[in-house]
Amino acid sequence: MSGFLDRLMGKDHRSANQAKERLKLVLVHDRTDLAPGKLEALKDELIAVISRYVEIEPDAVRVEMEQEGRQQRLIADIPLRAAAQRRRRG
Amino acid sequence: MVAKVVTVSSGKGGVGKTTATANMAAALAAGGQKVVCIDGDIGLRNLDVVMGLENRIVYDIVDVVEGRCRLRQAMIRDKRLPELYLIPAAQTRDKNAVSPSDMVRLCDDLRTDSDWILIDSPAGIERGFRNAIAPADIVVVITNPEVSAVRDADRVIGLVEAEEKGPARLIINRIKPEMVRRGEMLTTEDVLELLAIDLLGIVPEDERVVVSTNRGTPIVLDGKSLAGQAFRNIARRLQGDSVPFLELDNQGGLLGRIKGLFRPGGD
Ligand SMILES: Nc1ncnc2c1ncn2[C@@H]1O[C@H](COP(=O)(O)OP(=O)(O)OP(=O)(O)O)[C@@H](O)[C@H]1O
Ligand SMILES: [Mg+2]
Repeated sequence: MSGFLDRLMGKDHRSANQAKERLKLVLVHDRTDLAPGKLEALKDELIAVISRYVEIEPDAVRVEMEQEGRQQRLIADIPLRAAAQRRRRG
Repeated sequence: MVAKVVTVSSGKGGVGKTTATANMAAALAAGGQKVVCIDGDIGLRNLDVVMGLENRIVYDIVDVVEGRCRLRQAMIRDKRLPELYLIPAAQTRDKNAVSPSDMVRLCDDLRTDSDWILIDSPAGIERGFRNAIAPADIVVVITNPEVSAVRDADRVIGLVEAEEKGPARLIINRIKPEMVRRGEMLTTEDVLELLAIDLLGIVPEDERVVVSTNRGTPIVLDGKSLAGQAFRNIARRLQGDSVPFLELDNQGGLLGRIKGLFRPGGD
């Protein structure tokens, strides 16, 4: 019955779903040879390099692996700091 | 005749490669095709016992490669079916006794005189696997609906692509419909979404597989077995027929549908 309640509340603790979610993450890293820690390091370096050219919002930067079939794509979303904000600060 | 070479691989051991090879071969042969099976698992041969031909081995694949016999002498004919042959693996040698180019040469010799060449790959991704995929036109990857098997299958699918032998086609073996219904086993859709390749077939867990292996008779010849039906369907799909997949793990039945109503998003 608790499984039923979980489902009503949108949680799913059934083991098949856990297996699927865990596999999703494992496969992303297996396919690219990019350990989760390395992705963080890549993001930090990316922020440092781009900041030398343009002002960005470091906390809002997202670097993620995206799947398209068996194709993997590295997606970086790097919001620039608004010009108005720059003037206020500068 | 120009044979298609089909290699059956998996990464993880024990998921059903040998069972699938023997049964796809028997189903194709029962349909009048000329089929040659090659046991690629040198040092751990098993295709001979699964096919029930173990007592008739004289020469093996290493004897052929090293020139101790002619190719035809190493081909054991299965007398129960019109044209089914096995080239056994050597039991007392290791995988390095055969090279990928030996396999390509061997299959080229067989190609003009058969419809299908089925190669049973060993577990793992080393030499034996490389040997087995070298001559392949089609690579079939077998997995079970279980985390480590799916993970290893993904690795093999990637290697097959890298060798330009892809896209591989998937068989999901040993599905337990009752566990799937309870949400305690990955569904076919889950596995396909994770691995993102074409499905060749789904095979249920079936006690009769063990019984037929005990006897050394292929399960495709057992009209009552669901696994036998599944392997017959797979053989037809290999020949290009479009055959619907067995309904093993759907949410069918009244209970399944009622439960489905309460699941958010209906999944
Ligand atoms: N659908 C099934 N239902 C029940 N048992 C099965 C099924 N498929 C395979 N088996 C059993 O699982 C075991 C392993 O199968 P098999 O030897 O074909 O695997 P394999 O992948 O060739 O193993 P290896 O990696 O050691 O070569 C065998 O005992 C076999 O009878
Ligand atoms: Mg085997």
